[in-house]
Amino acid sequence: MKLVAKEELRGVVELSGVKREVSLMLLPEAEVGEYVLVHAGYAIARVDQEEAEETLRLLRDVLAAEEA
Amino acid sequence: MSAFQDPELVKGLASRIARLAEKLARRVTFMEVCGTHTNAIAAAGLRRLLPPQVRLISGPGCPVCVTPVAYVDRAVALARHPETILATFGDLLRVPASVGSLEQARAEGCRVQVVYSPHDAVELAAAHPQARVVFAGVGFETTVPTVAAALLEAEERGLGNFFVLSGHKVMPPALEALLADPTLALDGLILPGHVSAIIGARAYRPLLARHPIPAVISGFTPVDVLRTVAELVQQVVEGRAELVNLYGRVVREEGNVTAWSLVERVFVPTDARWRGLGDIPSSGLGLAPAFASRDAAQFPATLPAPKEPPGCRCGDVLRGLIDPPECPLFATACTPDTAVGACMVSAEGACAAWYRHERMAGVA
Repeated sequence: MKLVAKEELRGVVELSGVKREVSLMLLPEAEVGEYVLVHAGYAIARVDQEEAEETLRLLRDVLAAEEA
Repeated sequence: MSAFQDPELVKGLASRIARLAEKLARRVTFMEVCGTHTNAIAAAGLRRLLPPQVRLISGPGCPVCVTPVAYVDRAVALARHPETILATFGDLLRVPASVGSLEQARAEGCRVQVVYSPHDAVELAAAHPQARVVFAGVGFETTVPTVAAALLEAEERGLGNFFVLSGHKVMPPALEALLADPTLALDGLILPGHVSAIIGARAYRPLLARHPIPAVISGFTPVDVLRTVAELVQQVVEGRAELVNLYGRVVREEGNVTAWSLVERVFVPTDARWRGLGDIPSSGLGLAPAFASRDAAQFPATLPAPKEPPGCRCGDVLRGLIDPPECPLFATACTPDTAVGACMVSAEGACAAWYRHERMAGVA
């Protein structure tokens, strides 16, 4: 879910247009615009989008090389 | 991220696993220990994409399932006290106690409230200053920081009527107990992504040094799980036993240090009993002495002698000794509507996942 607003330790996340309030008490460093993992109303981890894309790119390369 | 469900990648990974598995000298068994993995694997039908040499089993990853009946008995006894509002996550409600359940207590007029977040239980305490609000907390490292945060919030707001009945557990000591059990003979571990987001990859290093085994920290999409299985098969084929983090977009080596520091302020390790696994030293979390006044275990409660449902083999399912259909009650006396044991009650339980997704598919 994307963090779209932040005020001290309260934040708002959005997924498919639905907004929900979350606590940032466990992830105070989260910044607006970042993707976060939410559990039981608390953001608990950042989701690194660059790493996710890199993972997929490497995987596609490896599979293409193996199939060839 | 929908690309992590990409059918082309799923197909490519399945062929890769099949190719790797040809080099296996025998059938291998990999265990996951997370209710979300249990469900993700069953819902995506991943077992049907794997060659017969690769078997995936579920371990003690469903929090409600591993919670011993004595805890549920205490929660029910507390809920029966007229001053109590007992707040908990929904899946504890229908878990059978020795006598009745929380759901039954609620039907009889007790104040049992399902909450989405421990924070909601703090709000209940604020809204009902005359009541004793008890949050019955079960769950692993992913959930515990949220309970710690809620308790500290209650403390800060001066809400003296907020209490926690801690049934919380930590995963590494349970993994160690499983790895030390010679009857299980596991070939690899699929480590829980969300638990690992909190405790970090480093939390597994000491136990894996004592019990070397291929171990992969995994996400939950079909692509994540299949990448994990491919890595585990490859390690077995090559005779390696390494910890690999394949969920790097969420899990860091050190985990979420802020979250865990709150846990360490509020809780201390305790010995704990697990359904199926028995007593495991330092595998539970109780309230730290500084927060003893918030411990709901202090309230007197008349408890029945703990009694597991007769015939239920939940304990064997939780150790991976049997798959759910091997229990004689599975899909006969025990279904999600008429659940006998915790593994069928909880949506995260292996029996519920098999009933919903694998039963008609001929995977057994």
